[in-house]
Amino acid sequence: MSRKPFTVHSGVAAPLLVDNIDTDQIIPSREMKTVSRNGLSDGLFAGWRYASPTDRTPRPEFVLNQKKYAVASILLGGDNFGCGSSREHAVWALTEYGIRAIVAIGFGDIFRNNCVRNGLLPIKLPDLVVRSLADFDGEVVIDLPSQTLSAGPNVHAFDIDSYAKRLLVEGLDPISLTQQHQSEIEAYFADDKKVRPWL
Amino acid sequence: MARTLFDKLWDAHKVVDVGDGADLLAIDRVVLHERTGGIALKSLAEAGRDVRDPDRVFAIMDHIVSFRPGRGRDEARLPGGEQFITETRALSKAAGLHLIDTDDPRQGIVHVVSPELGIALPGVSLICPDSHTCSLGALGALAWGVGSSDAEHAMATGAIRAKKPAQMRVSVHGTLGSAVTAKDLSLHLISKFGAAGGSGMAIEFAGSAINALPLEGRLTLCNMAVEFAAFTALIAPDDATIASLMGKPFGPDDIQWIEAVSEWRQLFTDDDARFDQEIEIDAQDVAPMVTWGTSPEEAAPVSAHLPEAVEREVLEYMGLEPRDTLQDLKLHGAFIGSCTNGRLSDLRAAAAVLRHGRVAEGMRAVCVPGSKSVRAAAEAEGLDKVFINAGFEWGEPGCAMCFYAGGETFPPGSRVISSTNRNFRGRQGPGVRTHLASPATVAASAMAGCIADPRRILERQVAA
Repeated sequence: MSRKPFTVHSGVAAPLLVDNIDTDQIIPSREMKTVSRNGLSDGLFAGWRYASPTDRTPRPEFVLNQKKYAVASILLGGDNFGCGSSREHAVWALTEYGIRAIVAIGFGDIFRNNCVRNGLLPIKLPDLVVRSLADFDGEVVIDLPSQTLSAGPNVHAFDIDSYAKRLLVEGLDPISLTQQHQSEIEAYFADDKKVRPWL
Repeated sequence: MARTLFDKLWDAHKVVDVGDGADLLAIDRVVLHERTGGIALKSLAEAGRDVRDPDRVFAIMDHIVSFRPGRGRDEARLPGGEQFITETRALSKAAGLHLIDTDDPRQGIVHVVSPELGIALPGVSLICPDSHTCSLGALGALAWGVGSSDAEHAMATGAIRAKKPAQMRVSVHGTLGSAVTAKDLSLHLISKFGAAGGSGMAIEFAGSAINALPLEGRLTLCNMAVEFAAFTALIAPDDATIASLMGKPFGPDDIQWIEAVSEWRQLFTDDDARFDQEIEIDAQDVAPMVTWGTSPEEAAPVSAHLPEAVEREVLEYMGLEPRDTLQDLKLHGAFIGSCTNGRLSDLRAAAAVLRHGRVAEGMRAVCVPGSKSVRAAAEAEGLDKVFINAGFEWGEPGCAMCFYAGGETFPPGSRVISSTNRNFRGRQGPGVRTHLASPATVAASAMAGCIADPRRILERQVAA
C-alpha cells in the first residue's frame, strides 16, 4: 500500500501557536465513533471548532473557521505539538481535512511518527521562524527534496531524518520495506528462541 | 565499552542497520486494545497480510468497556461503542491472537494486566498502540507506545524501524517523605522541567529513592514519562522485580526460571556508561502535588498558591482566579483508577485515608480498579467496603473515567480530582476541570470536598 508522495507543496499556513497541543484537542475521543481511518475530519479540533459537543455551529474565533484560513493546508504549532495519546486518528483527521504539513517548534514522538506513516510532513523550526510565518500573508512553499520552506523572499532550511524523508518523498509503504529484510528477522527469532525459550 | 541499560536492550533487539540512521528492531510482543488495536488488525486484514506470529500478540479490552457494576459482555461506556469490542474480538479470533475479553477474569487495563500475566518481562521488547506503554519499562522492558500503523508493521513483520533516541538519567536521591508517592515525584519532575523536558529521550530512573520504590510505584513513575514527552522510561530490574515475576503464565516456567533470572541480572547500566543528559532530584524536595492547569507541567505542591503569570485561557478553562490557594478549590468529583494509579497499592493508599471519613456532601466519587485481579485482591482485603462505605462507586475494571469517550461523565464546569495522567482540556468530559494527584491526595480531597493534603489526615491519626 503506497501513499501520496510529498515533493513540493504550497499553501496557506494557519497559526495555532500554543505549546503542548495534545491529540485529545486534535481529535477528542468522543469523535472516534467507528473502527475506521475515515470519517474523522468532522471531528478535527471539535472542542475548539464548534460551539459545543451538541451544537456544530462554527466558533468564529477559531483559526480554521476564519475566511483567511479556510483553505489552509499547513498548520503552525508551538512546542510538543501532538503530545499525549498515541491515537493515529489525530493524523487521519488532519490529512482527511486537507492538512499536508505541520510546522512546529517541536513534536510529540508518537505523533511525529504517525505523521510520516501517513504522508503528513512534520517540520521542526525555531520559535522565531514559526512566529514569523504566522505573520506572513500568502502561500508558503515547502520543498521537501531540497528541505526548504519559503515565505516570500525568506527561505528557511529544515532538518528531517533521511528515513522519514524517503518515506514521504517516495510515498513508500514501510511494511514492504521491512519485508525486504524478512529472512534476517526470521533468523533473529530462530536464534533468540534458543536463548530465550520463554518468549 | 560501558553501556547503559537502554543500550543493552537496544543492541539485543537490533536485527540490522537499515540505513537512514534507523535500525530494524525485533519486537518480542505486541499488545493491543480495542480502541486503537482493532483498527490495526482491520487494516492488516484489508491489506491481505497475516499476523506473523499470533502467539506474540495479546488483545485486551479496556478503553471502551463499561465500568458499570455488573456490565454486559459487549456493554460499552459510549453509545455505539460496542462495535470496538465486537470487531476487535472477531478480528483477534480470526488472527488467532491471545484474547483477553471483557468477561475474562484476567481482563483489565493493558498496562496493569501485562505485568500481572508476565506479558511484560525484563529484557522484552514490547510495543502497544497506546502512549502509556512506557509504564512497562519499570520492569526493565524495552516498551514504548506507537501508532496503529506501527503496531500493524510489527505484527506483519516481527520488527519495527526506529532511530535510537538520546538518553537521559534521572537520579532521585534520599527518601521520599510520608504520603509522598511516585505520582508526586513524576509531577514534581514534569513541573520543574516542563512537559517537553524529556522530549524524544529514553529515560532511566535511578538512585536510592527509586531503589526503594515498590514495583507498583515504579510502574506509576514510568507511566508518566510520556507526559514528560519521553520516548520511554526504564528502571533496572532488581530482586523485587524478579521475585514478582515468578510463576507468571506468559513468563518463564520452572525449568526456564534460572536461565531467565541469570539473563535479567545483566540488565543494568554499567558504571562508566554515559548519558546525553543527567537530572538529579533530592527526594526531600518532593511534596504531595496537584495540577492546577491543562498540562501536566502546570502542577504545584498541594499547599501552594497559583503562580502569578498564568495564561488567561487556562484560568478561564479551569475556573481560577490569579493567586488562588489550591487547597481552597471546591470539588465536584473524584476518580481513582487508570493505568497510572489503579493497582492494589494505590487502592490501599486511598483506603487508608478513607477509613477516617466519608466523601463530602454533593460530590460524585468513583473508584475503578485497574484489573479484575486487582479488584479481586482488593475485595479479599475488604477494600471495596471501605470505598463503598465512604461513598465511592466501585466499578468494573477498565480505563473508565481517565478519558471521556462519549456517554455519561462529570458535568461541564465541574472540578474533579483524579489519580489519572492527563489534565488536558476536555479529557474527562467537555468543560470538566481535572486536577491530577496521587490516590491518597484524591481520597483526602474527596473527604474534604476541596483539594487537601493527605498528610493532615494520616498524621492526625498517627498522633491520636
